[in-house]
Amino acid sequence: MASAALRSLEYWAYQYRRTWRGTIASSFLSPVLYMAAMGLGLGSLVDRSGHGASLAGGGYLAFLAPGLLAATAMQTAATEATWPVMGAIKWVRTYHAMLATPLRVVDVLAGHLAWMALRLLLVSAIFLGVMAAFGTTPSPWALAALPAAALTGMAFAAPITAFAATRENDAGFSALFRFGIIPMFLFSGTFFPIGQLPAPLRPVAWVTPLWHGVALCRALDLGTATAGPALGHVAYLGAWAAAGTVLARRAFHHRLAR
Amino acid sequence: MPSDPAEPLIWARGLCKRFGDLVAVDGIDFEVGRGEAFGFLGPNGAGKSSAMRMVACLSPLSGGSLRILGLDPARDGVRIRSRLGLVPQDDTLDLELTVRENLYIYGRYFDLPRKVIRERADQLLAFAQLTERADDKVEPLSGGMKRRLTIARALINEPELLLLDEPTTGLDPQARHLLWDRLWRLKQQGVTLVLTTHYMDEAEQLCDRLVVMDKGRIAAEGTPRQLIEQWSTKEVLELRFGPGEHEALAAKLGGLAERIEVLPDRLLLYVEDGDEALAGTHRRGLRPDSALVRRSTLEDVFLRLTGRRLVD
Amino acid sequence: MSTAPQVTTRPPRGTLVARVLPPALLGGRRAGRLVERNLLVYRRTWIVIASGFFEPLFYLLSIGVGIGKLVGTVTGPGGQVISYTAFVAPALLASSAMNGAIYDATFNIFHKLKFAKIYDAVLATPVGVTDVALGEISWALIRGTIYSAVFLLVMAVLGLVGSVWALLVLPVAVLIGFAFAAVGMAATSYMRSWQDFDFVQLAVLPLFLFSATFYPLTTYPPALQVIVQLTPLYHGVALVRALDTGAVGPGALVHVLYLAVMGVAGLAVTSRRLGHLLLR
Repeated sequence: MASAALRSLEYWAYQYRRTWRGTIASSFLSPVLYMAAMGLGLGSLVDRSGHGASLAGGGYLAFLAPGLLAATAMQTAATEATWPVMGAIKWVRTYHAMLATPLRVVDVLAGHLAWMALRLLLVSAIFLGVMAAFGTTPSPWALAALPAAALTGMAFAAPITAFAATRENDAGFSALFRFGIIPMFLFSGTFFPIGQLPAPLRPVAWVTPLWHGVALCRALDLGTATAGPALGHVAYLGAWAAAGTVLARRAFHHRLAR
Repeated sequence: MPSDPAEPLIWARGLCKRFGDLVAVDGIDFEVGRGEAFGFLGPNGAGKSSAMRMVACLSPLSGGSLRILGLDPARDGVRIRSRLGLVPQDDTLDLELTVRENLYIYGRYFDLPRKVIRERADQLLAFAQLTERADDKVEPLSGGMKRRLTIARALINEPELLLLDEPTTGLDPQARHLLWDRLWRLKQQGVTLVLTTHYMDEAEQLCDRLVVMDKGRIAAEGTPRQLIEQWSTKEVLELRFGPGEHEALAAKLGGLAERIEVLPDRLLLYVEDGDEALAGTHRRGLRPDSALVRRSTLEDVFLRLTGRRLVD
Repeated sequence: MSTAPQVTTRPPRGTLVARVLPPALLGGRRAGRLVERNLLVYRRTWIVIASGFFEPLFYLLSIGVGIGKLVGTVTGPGGQVISYTAFVAPALLASSAMNGAIYDATFNIFHKLKFAKIYDAVLATPVGVTDVALGEISWALIRGTIYSAVFLLVMAVLGLVGSVWALLVLPVAVLIGFAFAAVGMAATSYMRSWQDFDFVQLAVLPLFLFSATFYPLTTYPPALQVIVQLTPLYHGVALVRALDTGAVGPGALVHVLYLAVMGVAGLAVTSRRLGHLLLR
């Protein structure tokens, strides 16, 4: 089983050889741009107002950077798990081609999810490199933020893959981004502590996987993580990834093994 | 300026189309008269579609002269196109709209009043046998239905000249016959048809007159009957032998036929009397795996003119 | 063979020039047909359009409840002290006018050009290449104007409008949309595959982040200020912010001129390129 999934993974890696230049450029440039504009530029306004000192990390840039790391993992995951999955089912029909070989449905799914995990590790590693260049990785614990960011991404990638596999066209994806991904990006603790949200909205932010991802990455990056909360975040994110995988497996069987 | 009925609808002299170094159309002359069904017959890459796109005012000339409906496409493209109907090689239907909406918006591109379009759309849907699918999206329609819709769309402005680029390529036999029937009716109504095809049966069915195109040039011109009489014999004897023997056997059949074509899978003997030639074959002690006597077709004309077959 | 009609041989580009020029002079009646086509499509998918409005609204709310509280107040264009939310809101309006126009003019047009082949069918009718360009840009502007109007209304309700000059924000949003839609379409005509759209993102993101959108121009060192002032969205943001806060001066005309020239240049390139692509 494992080796069959590797062959499916190999397809995605092989295909990536043609497109990696563009994606690497944006994986590198977009964190640089965000860190410069929001961290340095906007950060200077926040820190001048005196509110910056009360934030975790003691300044807006230090507060923002690990939050952006987790949010970027989420956005990468959402992109990788929507159009490419739909394309492999309907447009390019890559999955159908794979299933005409000895590969099984579970191998096809496992290979593609493994590919998404690799992409997330790559994007997060580049982001961490940029963070280091901006001086926002104060402790060696920051290295642990790498798997944490990838796990955050998988908490989105797996359930979104399941969602994409049930769709007939890509119309639902823009709704997913507009009403799911972007609101989470803006309200789940990346740009400001969720304590600032009106009280009734705070529980909503708590249940979003992104808030757990942001909290985990921030605590690890700043070296302030404690075992209890950190394990809680990991378990919560892991549960989303696992449940998503189960749903995706069911959706793939329903869609492809007919 | 109203065009004189005696004047040709299309008049081309030395028509050329070049794409960089590639010469797609290499100086061709032709005329199409009102009410005629005129065909460009030739294999893929012969320059048929390029010639058609110039006639449709979709492609500037690289050389030569062209008059359509008595007008110059370089100057009067808009006026010419408002009197043409084009059925392109790809259907280019609007997949985001329904069948009826496709007719509606295409009519609007011609600046027709909404009421006129609605009336014509109903008639055209009936003509294209799509009335029951009028409010369905286009995507799930069969290939034949899409093709009929494309033809109906091209008729929305009641064109004087209907251009059809490979109207039945890719359709199954039933869908092709239905389409030929519809085109035949248009011809009966007096619509001038110009079509390109690489199917000789289509050319024989629909065209009053045609040109055979090869490598951007016109190799022959005439009615289907004239072309066959001029370039082929009355009958053809097709012989199949075991694999690989055809070249050697052709030599043994010398004198039995006016001309022998050696194809990879069979021999074609061009003769006046096929049964007589088959008897002659047997008399020479040859035992073909199969033998078929048939009438000459445009395919034979094309083979004679170019040494190649229409559809590979 | 019948006698030859009076024929003059024309240069090959004749058709192209003839098809590009007269409709532009005749005005937009035929261009309107493209708008009609898009309306027909979007009658069924209006919900997609409606949902597009929420994105800038979410940004505004996030800044209102979150970042605005962290920043407090900033100095506005006229030297007056305003809330951070009132500072960013007009910039978000200008950015979303840009974003909507670019999205329509790049992804949507590329899809229609290369995959749906919409224009191949259109050009077989009396509708010409410039009609297509004008029609699609008009459509992008109509959508953008509706978004901007609703956003402006929300700003007014939240008390973020500080001057009657704000009534001019709407035509300015149309101008911003025109400038970016025209340049976006011109860029799209050079695109070969979806991979090239990574570069669209790479161009739009820095414009969004650095055009004095989220903090005053004076935050930058002087050298960088000059560079920012050369970029297009900066002029859109500065113009909308000036109108919204009422700090309007003659400098506003420079912004208008910049955006207008950009739009006309984009439109000229688009017409030429579309003719090149479609009328081969």
